[in-house]
Amino acid sequence: MGDVLIFAEHQLGHFPKTTLTAIHAGLELAQKRGGKAIAVVASDNPDALAADIAKYGVAKVIALASPALKNYLADAHAQALANLVKSTGAEYVLATATAIGKDLMPRLAARMKAPMASDISAIGDDGTVIRPMYAGNAMATVEMDGPVKVITVRGTAFDASKPGDAAAPVEKVSAEIDTASAKMEFVAFNQTKSDRPQLTEARIVVSGGRGLKSGDNFKTVLEPLVDEMGAAMGASRAAVDAGFVPNDLQVGQTGKVVAPELYVAVGISGAIQHLAGMKDSKIIVAINKDEEAPIFNVADYGLVADLFKAVPEMAEEVKKAKAH
Amino acid sequence: MKILVPIKRVPDPATTIRVMPDGSGIATDNVKWVINPFDEIAIEEALRIKEKQQGEVVLVTIGQSTWQEQLRTGLAMGADRAILVKTDTALDSLAIAGLLAKVAEEQKPDLIILGKQAIDDDSNQVPQMVAEMLGWPQATFASKVEFADKKCTVVREVDGGLETIAFNLPGVISTDLRLNEPRYASLPGIMKARKKELKEVAADSLGVDLAPKLKIKTLAAPPKRQAGKKVGSVQELVQVLHTEAKVI
Repeated sequence: MGDVLIFAEHQLGHFPKTTLTAIHAGLELAQKRGGKAIAVVASDNPDALAADIAKYGVAKVIALASPALKNYLADAHAQALANLVKSTGAEYVLATATAIGKDLMPRLAARMKAPMASDISAIGDDGTVIRPMYAGNAMATVEMDGPVKVITVRGTAFDASKPGDAAAPVEKVSAEIDTASAKMEFVAFNQTKSDRPQLTEARIVVSGGRGLKSGDNFKTVLEPLVDEMGAAMGASRAAVDAGFVPNDLQVGQTGKVVAPELYVAVGISGAIQHLAGMKDSKIIVAINKDEEAPIFNVADYGLVADLFKAVPEMAEEVKKAKAH
Repeated sequence: MKILVPIKRVPDPATTIRVMPDGSGIATDNVKWVINPFDEIAIEEALRIKEKQQGEVVLVTIGQSTWQEQLRTGLAMGADRAILVKTDTALDSLAIAGLLAKVAEEQKPDLIILGKQAIDDDSNQVPQMVAEMLGWPQATFASKVEFADKKCTVVREVDGGLETIAFNLPGVISTDLRLNEPRYASLPGIMKARKKELKEVAADSLGVDLAPKLKIKTLAAPPKRQAGKKVGSVQELVQVLHTEAKVI
């Protein structure tokens, strides 16, 4: 009772920050529910990864292995995890609401006829969890009924677990997957190439909106500021829809949710759906030539100015400030 | 190709959401109801597929009688017929998915396409759950869909880029924002929609366990951010970020 299986997502041989967030949330949940936190690494070759995650405070790591787990595919992964839930008797399965978490966890929940709470921002002491609804305009306290409960956590709502000295034991498990019933085929992954920090992991995010007017302007006007600040670059939905920047830069209700130390919104009006993706940032700065823009209602510091002048100026000023 | 498009009725995205003081829900007096924007994208995609190859687009919604309005809008866009699974209670994702799976078992579509999430609930669960319940492949967050006979190739918006997966029909696709731009219903379309078949069936007659397993106990307004201040210049901005906020 109360045991939590934490799906430890990995990419290219390492764990993204979002997985460390899942570990942290899983540890909190296990502690509150009186159970153990168990990290699960699913892969064709999980041993090294399992040894790595074992240092992050969990009670145990399960290295779940099968050739069918080489690439992420929903049906094979859901099968493997569901069988593991049955064999371990875990009460909770938890993952961060990344693209994979969002794709996989509901499938797993349905397989287990288990309720699922998506994108939670807090864990209650009484078995309830809190999650945003209506683009974050309402916070719902929800409770789940059933022997198994599935949860995805908002990546920005929990800290990242830190490694310690003690390493938890690793148990090797061969995943049970009926490959004949796994019908999905991985074809390709086109990664957006960037040397910049990842949006969901950066300390500073600088986002551009429709006000930038073109993809070229993103490059020539915004990017110098982004890079001077060592920031990740984000964008409003309007900018992505207009084709200025690729889709994976979109910050918002239906894009990425970020909560960096500093969020700079440039030429972004501040629609509710955008705010849903960044209003938990510690400090928000807005630069917009329209002083009525709703973004100024959430900005800690607002500058009403023409971004085409202000942004290059700001890059210069940041450079000077760094030199001190 | 027979395409089933589940849709949901939601408050218009531009609605100012107000949580009731007793936390029981949101105030609905100022709400304009629309088809969930992601489901509209699904309808549009289904219509485009029908235009390229022969087919039938069937809409289904699970809700109150008044939700017929949204079905008629979808029919006006060009869908062929609609099913209303009638219920007066709000159901959780498992129940919704269970009902949709039952409808799919009866209708036998080649493809189920629906929005990735409803903008009121933001759960992003039903498409994946339906796929699992039917034992079908799933492609979520689709930004491009192509067919070569029975083989479907989908480009998905994922963290860090675009992923391409493929599967043989039947399957479930959930739509993301950039899959297409939905058409408006034309006046002739609206007229035709009145005569298209809209069938009603009671949710509790489909043999699906509808008892809620996920329950919303209460709703609260989110914590409000403190109002900030305007600065007069870029210099002042950088200064204040450096010395006051200490973030750069």
